[in-house]
Amino acid sequence: MEHAKATSVATTCYHCGEDLPVHVYETDNKLFCCAGCKSVYEILASNNMCNYYAYNQAPGRLSEKAAGRSSEKESGLRYLDEPAIAARLIDYQDKENTIVTFYIPAIHCSSCIWLLEHLYRIHPAIYNSRIHFIKKEVTLSFKQAEVSLREVVHILSSIGYEPLISAQDVVKENAKAIDKKLILKIAIAGFCMGNVMLFSFPEYFGITDLESRFRALFGWLNLALCLPVTFYCGRDYFVSAYNSLKQRRVNLDTPLALIIAVLFIRTALATVLNSGPGFADTLTGLVFLLLMGKWVKQRTYHHISFDRDYRSYFPIAVTTLEEGKEKPVEINALKVGDRLWIRNGELIPADSILMKGEGWVDMSFVTGETDPQQKVLGEIIYAGGRQEGAAIEVEVVKPVSQSYLTALWNRDYHRENAGQNFNDTIAKYFSVAVFVVSLAAFGYWMAQGDSGKAWAAFTAVIIVACPCVLALSTPFTLSALLSVFDKKGFYVKNTDAVEQLAQCDSLVFDKTGTLTSTAKASIAFSGTLNDTERKMLASLLQHSAHPLSRHILKSMRYDGFYPLSDFKEVTGAGIQARILEHTLYVGSKRILPEGLNLPDTQGVHVVIDKTYKGTFQVQQEWREALPELMQTLQASFTLSVLSGDHAKDEKTLKAIFPAGTEIRFQQSPGQKLDAIVEKQQKGRRVMMLGDGLNDAGALKQSDFGVAITDNINNFTPGCDAILKGDSMALLPRFHQMSKDGLKIIKMSFAIATAYNLIGVFYAVQGTLYPLVAAVLMPVSTITIISFTSIATRYFAKKNKLI
Amino acid sequence: MNILYFLVGCSLLMALVFLGAFIWSLKSGQHDDMHTPGIRILLDDEKPEKSDLDHF
Repeated sequence: MEHAKATSVATTCYHCGEDLPVHVYETDNKLFCCAGCKSVYEILASNNMCNYYAYNQAPGRLSEKAAGRSSEKESGLRYLDEPAIAARLIDYQDKENTIVTFYIPAIHCSSCIWLLEHLYRIHPAIYNSRIHFIKKEVTLSFKQAEVSLREVVHILSSIGYEPLISAQDVVKENAKAIDKKLILKIAIAGFCMGNVMLFSFPEYFGITDLESRFRALFGWLNLALCLPVTFYCGRDYFVSAYNSLKQRRVNLDTPLALIIAVLFIRTALATVLNSGPGFADTLTGLVFLLLMGKWVKQRTYHHISFDRDYRSYFPIAVTTLEEGKEKPVEINALKVGDRLWIRNGELIPADSILMKGEGWVDMSFVTGETDPQQKVLGEIIYAGGRQEGAAIEVEVVKPVSQSYLTALWNRDYHRENAGQNFNDTIAKYFSVAVFVVSLAAFGYWMAQGDSGKAWAAFTAVIIVACPCVLALSTPFTLSALLSVFDKKGFYVKNTDAVEQLAQCDSLVFDKTGTLTSTAKASIAFSGTLNDTERKMLASLLQHSAHPLSRHILKSMRYDGFYPLSDFKEVTGAGIQARILEHTLYVGSKRILPEGLNLPDTQGVHVVIDKTYKGTFQVQQEWREALPELMQTLQASFTLSVLSGDHAKDEKTLKAIFPAGTEIRFQQSPGQKLDAIVEKQQKGRRVMMLGDGLNDAGALKQSDFGVAITDNINNFTPGCDAILKGDSMALLPRFHQMSKDGLKIIKMSFAIATAYNLIGVFYAVQGTLYPLVAAVLMPVSTITIISFTSIATRYFAKKNKLI
Repeated sequence: MNILYFLVGCSLLMALVFLGAFIWSLKSGQHDDMHTPGIRILLDDEKPEKSDLDHF
């Protein structure tokens, strides 16, 4: 018999499984596709860890890309030596040991688990490591005297398992999600409920005289089991009700706290006085089901809001400098070590070190303090600051934390409108109404002489009247809406803003940067500039973030920049600075010095000292499909345009907008603000679309302010949402979706009201067993959650947003 | 039927022991990760290296 000897020739990399290129790397009779894979293999082989390859075919599949970069990354990890930053990452540290948890996206198979849990073989000071496979996290314990945090991260990178440190907040937040205390309470409540039911069986089935002495035994046991339930498991409700009553208010937990107390007292009295079976089964069942409902709420809400805070992102781009060339990069793609060019008014998105320029940083977004802080070269500037004055070059030292920026943004938020939202108004009256109805029922039945029914009615009414819809449907629906919007480039600040959006009936547009795209423009220059003057102009323009400055700079030829001093940018007017002993002015007539003889042309004027040099005519490209968009929007909004520009585009605007639209030109930022106030005083709800940098005041004043961004860094904390320029055409759909969201909330209110009315109807008659009422509560909770999820998906599909 | 007092007491005691065990497991983090121990169990222990003195 001939054995066909199959000689397999390796055609794929032993480490990562990719096809081998023409030039292969070889070691130990194994072939690799690149130096990265080979180096990881060599590290593992030298530490006797080739078992890594035993469990899976080509286990380095996901991680080889990271391994290749590891050699460059060594210096990029400098920031981990900084104690303040390291402190934010580690979980625990004492004199000898440090425990840290990292999120490693490359974890995907059992080999990864094996390798990462045997890290002690690579460096014995990492004495313990534990993987959480689903969360892709590893928790390491190491002796900080023998290996530093930075070395640990470097080791992980070199074997292809680089931790994603910008997701560190994800790790921390995840740890908070699992509320062990609640689970403990549920376990104890469930235990007591089960045993109480067991001991209540004889009562249900009827005790004969022969067994009547056991009634006392079971009664006391039931009471004993009620104690931990009332005082430990039910504690939160008592605390919440007490705090609310201290403020002379009734909140949603007050009736629940009352009923738990009443049931407990009745059970205690019944047991001590031996006058009846007591309500132990209802009490324990109720507390158990309430806690279960709380748990379901927590899990679902955490899932939704987690998605929102940590996976979505600010659609802002900053200008990075790559070998001196400017390139806009979205902030979630920034890496440590990137050089950023931050202009006047722009946001610094991550902790960075000042490399060039004069740093005057306004930290009002972070600390509320408006006095700019001066920063020296080499000093660290924290994320959230805004540069004022000439532009600076900074180097990113810590990855961007979008959750941090979102948190800052929301911290700034106060309710400017006096109106509370729907939820709060209902909550006030609901509990009071519940008390009134239950006391009325109680009084009625007592008057009829049937005290048993009276108590049954009282407890059943309070239990069955479920306020869960108030606590559930609004946040769930609005959070689901937020995640739908985020995926389409419409980043809304928080759920309350969505309600504002739905109520808007007036829409105000800015022109430059909003209706016109900042991407392309055609530029014409009337005048003369020699090479030096052109270089001076470029040097000035590079410090300004205004769309016109950017366009002009892009169109010019220049070689290098001059240093400048006394940079000043006046919003809506222009920029000026001192360069090479001259004062250079660029902008509209408002910024130019007095007494000049200027031609009548409109545009961006250039003046050096007292000599007029020329004017740039900038014709920005209009965005696509504007007339159609306005046509659709007109159905739900009154449109108007407030432009800081002069009236040269009046004809085009009149063609885009429907007849009779208010169009105003030459509006200063103050005038724009006043125009919005004027509309609001007429009772309109104003939504404004504008440029984050120049319209900051007007955006804040409007009921819903949207900053349009096209790969530029123009964030202002006063706005309620950021909209990507490409997504502007979806605006009518976003508005419709927010209105549908409110519809969903109202529908779920209707469902809940129906349920409550029917429930209360049976409860006041005393025919509803309190225990049955207790079961109906979680049923209604689940109904509402399912309804809002399904309805939101339905409407999102209908509005073509999914 | 007096034995019932004793029996009920015993059963309650046993149930409490199990509740205690559950609380212990919850506090020590057994339920934090439901997935990884299932994979970990399939990984081999390392065989002790054969030294030159073994003659098997």
